Amino acid sequence: MNDYLNQVAQQFISIAPNADFWTLRLTSEAHESLSVRQGVMQPVYNHLARGALLTVVNGDGSGYAATSDLSADGLKQAVRLASDWARQSSAMGLLKARDYPRADARACYETPVKQHWHELPLNEKVALLQDANRALKIHDSIVDWSANLGYGCDDVVFISSAGAYIEQRFHYIHPGLSAVANQGSQTQYRSGGGANSARQGGLEQLKLLDFPAAAPVLAEEAVALLSAEECPQGVMDLVLAPSQMVLQIHESIGHPLELDRILGDERNYAGTSFVTRDMFGSYRYGSELLNVTYDPGHREQLASYAFDDEGSLAQREYIIRKGILERPLGGATSQARTGMQGVANARQAVWYRPPIDRMANLNVEPGDSSVEEMIASIEHGVYMESNRSWSIDDSRNKFQFGCELGRLIENGELKGLVRNPNYRGISATFWLNLAAVGNEASFKVQGVTNCGKGEPNQSIYVGHASPACHFRDVEVFGGAK
Amino acid sequence: MQQYFYTLGDALFEKLEGAEQLLLGFSGEDSDFVRLNHNKIRQAGCVAQRSLSLDLVAGQRHAQTSVELTGDSALDMEQLTATLKKLREQRGFLPDDPYLNFSTAINSTEYHHDNEVIDSHDAVAQLVQAAGDMDLVGIFANGIQYSGFANSLGQRNWHSSANFNFDWSCYLAEDKAKANDRAVKSNYAGFDWQQGKLAAKMDSIRQQLSILSRPSKTIEPGRYRAYLAPSAVNEIIHMISWGGFGLKSHRTKTTPLIQMVEQGRSLAESVSLRENHARGLAPIFTGSGYIKPDHVQLISNGHYQDCLVSSRSAMEYGSVTNADYEFPSALDLAAGELHSADMLKQLDTGLYINNLWYLNFSDRNACQLTGMTRFACFWVEHGEIQAPVNVMRFDDSVFNLLGTNLLGLTEERELILDASTYGQRSNSSIELPGILVRDLRLTL
Repeated sequence: MNDYLNQVAQQFISIAPNADFWTLRLTSEAHESLSVRQGVMQPVYNHLARGALLTVVNGDGSGYAATSDLSADGLKQAVRLASDWARQSSAMGLLKARDYPRADARACYETPVKQHWHELPLNEKVALLQDANRALKIHDSIVDWSANLGYGCDDVVFISSAGAYIEQRFHYIHPGLSAVANQGSQTQYRSGGGANSARQGGLEQLKLLDFPAAAPVLAEEAVALLSAEECPQGVMDLVLAPSQMVLQIHESIGHPLELDRILGDERNYAGTSFVTRDMFGSYRYGSELLNVTYDPGHREQLASYAFDDEGSLAQREYIIRKGILERPLGGATSQARTGMQGVANARQAVWYRPPIDRMANLNVEPGDSSVEEMIASIEHGVYMESNRSWSIDDSRNKFQFGCELGRLIENGELKGLVRNPNYRGISATFWLNLAAVGNEASFKVQGVTNCGKGEPNQSIYVGHASPACHFRDVEVFGGAK
Repeated sequence: MQQYFYTLGDALFEKLEGAEQLLLGFSGEDSDFVRLNHNKIRQAGCVAQRSLSLDLVAGQRHAQTSVELTGDSALDMEQLTATLKKLREQRGFLPDDPYLNFSTAINSTEYHHDNEVIDSHDAVAQLVQAAGDMDLVGIFANGIQYSGFANSLGQRNWHSSANFNFDWSCYLAEDKAKANDRAVKSNYAGFDWQQGKLAAKMDSIRQQLSILSRPSKTIEPGRYRAYLAPSAVNEIIHMISWGGFGLKSHRTKTTPLIQMVEQGRSLAESVSLRENHARGLAPIFTGSGYIKPDHVQLISNGHYQDCLVSSRSAMEYGSVTNADYEFPSALDLAAGELHSADMLKQLDTGLYINNLWYLNFSDRNACQLTGMTRFACFWVEHGEIQAPVNVMRFDDSVFNLLGTNLLGLTEERELILDASTYGQRSNSSIELPGILVRDLRLTL
């Protein structure tokens, strides 16, 4: 798939260390970013990276070395450095040799692409962005507006001393639109068309992400929000669009269920979890309507892959079924540490960081309610879309989220816009108030591109797909008084 | 490393055609990272990273790229020659960039802080021993960081620094099942590792843990008099920094300080904030070849003064470049007159907050923030610590916290070296005091 990486892999096998076990993950990344802001083409930005992360297990110890020097000498040096750390961690390590997975799979995987990035010439991409940009500038109160489009191709070759040889190629497409409206000291912002929600695939994904068609609507909404009422305050019904469900799932289901957090690895940085190991199998996380899966099967979703970065096979699993917590988000190492079943989610964000437990594709499965039925069942509430603000405690329990746009719901009907919509709650009780789950018609594949975690820090792509959902008795409020 | 960068640069400059100019940026590190949990090594390793950025310019057209270097000059030149060719091709499809802006004056500089760093294996052995039976979790990072700039006009800049950053917390050992946040957070960072300083920090943690072992108190939502230690104030300043001080965010009306800009609203007179490039921990040169001024006064006696201006914004808005990015990397919040040693007495009854966490805007236009308390925070009555407090959410305006409700800042300030390692180890820093506020609004 990638001749250069395969050549390096073969070379490494010929000089492989005399260790109990080793893995080598080789990466080649090529990214291109285009943006037009206020009618001005911004500098084209390209990014090329190649690197290797070598992990050596000796005795009860493990060490890693990351290097961009993929020559034989460079890799030999990496072997020496990783072995040094394995030696020290053997005497002072938290994990034992039995905790390290011994991947041996051989496979190839590539993101399906219908229209490749390079099929559209650069000047035509620029023209597309210029058109989208013009469509955002609909009014004098639009003070900043931009359209962007990016592409990434990541090749990964993973090999191990147990015989693993896994080649994967991922194609990412990153469109986005944004409009800023202002009047005096009131500023409102709308984003869409794939902003903060990239996908795997090719240019065929643009239409599915409403790029660039969403441009005029986003601009109109930004302008309208300037004169909209503040979001009402009180305990009321709340309907979250998929564009906000992304964050709700991410922060109050995904993070608390990461097994490394439950094991305490993240206590100094990303935090712990209100979930404990004894809760799996019996704990009621949400209402009967809540079904959550780890699902690598949506191949256009951001974190779809065939194998994770420890070489474990990715397979769809229920995480929460009919509201009951079933299994954590833990890769093979975490599974070995706990004896629990998990999923294939040990992931590296970049070539120079070691794998840790991450969310991958974590989705709320569709229910049987249409959005119209949800709205019709609500006497007084708010509909919110597009995350703008997120904050949650270190055990992922007390949260407060804000959205770009809200709409009043009164007597079963959607009414006018409200601005600065926020809501707060507690994860442990919020999902119990899930009153309706949207059907396939409102189910959208989205994700986030900046999930931060780990020491050293890693920012990674995560996929979240969800329909719209209806929650009861939520504390809702607007901007500062 | 410096010579390797300059040699590569010279070779690339020879490949330029016609009136082309080339701007090169170098960024790299040779670092060890040791992650610990339960005072044992969870993950240990090292990273050798070298990245070269190229901006190929002809007239007003240009295209940019960054390339990971191998360190092998033949391999790197082969890849970079191909990269130059691609940039040249891309440039042909692009329109003029009216905001292209790079320094044409030659301002060459060199800064080396290449002292001998402690051996990471030795440091880890020492810190594990110093923590003893405490439940320690955190990250030890150690090594050399490099930054460079060179252009085809002849400018050369270099900044390298050998340093360590140990960021950790210690938890009450038996506490996991009862409460998740009963821990003391600490940091030891710098250039000259001293075992004695580490031991002193560990002793301080042991003393605080003994207080944390008292039964904890749950605070009801409401308004509370509070002392925020420098680490907590840092979280607030860091949040404001997202758009607060950049010229572009001011001109596009997205700054959270828009009420200061549009309505003349002010903070307390005792609040003065500046970007102190002269601290010298981050490079003094920018990616477009400009040299940063020693200081940029952002807020002066409570009033907004100047913005951070990138080279691109300088051209777009007719200003002068004074920063690499429009996000601060060397802030100074001026000291006040309160004595840290008297803080419990000054607080009298209220919250002593060592750390805040996960801040975000609940109303950006009003600079209203929400976030959580974290780690060792205490309830104080009549100047005496009574109990650790369970985590609480606050939601309050910066115009209250650093404005109408600010009672004072401490005379003593703390220099905090950023422990973050996204992309690469940070070289940002901030020096700031603690603050005493009349009331802080807790909501959940």
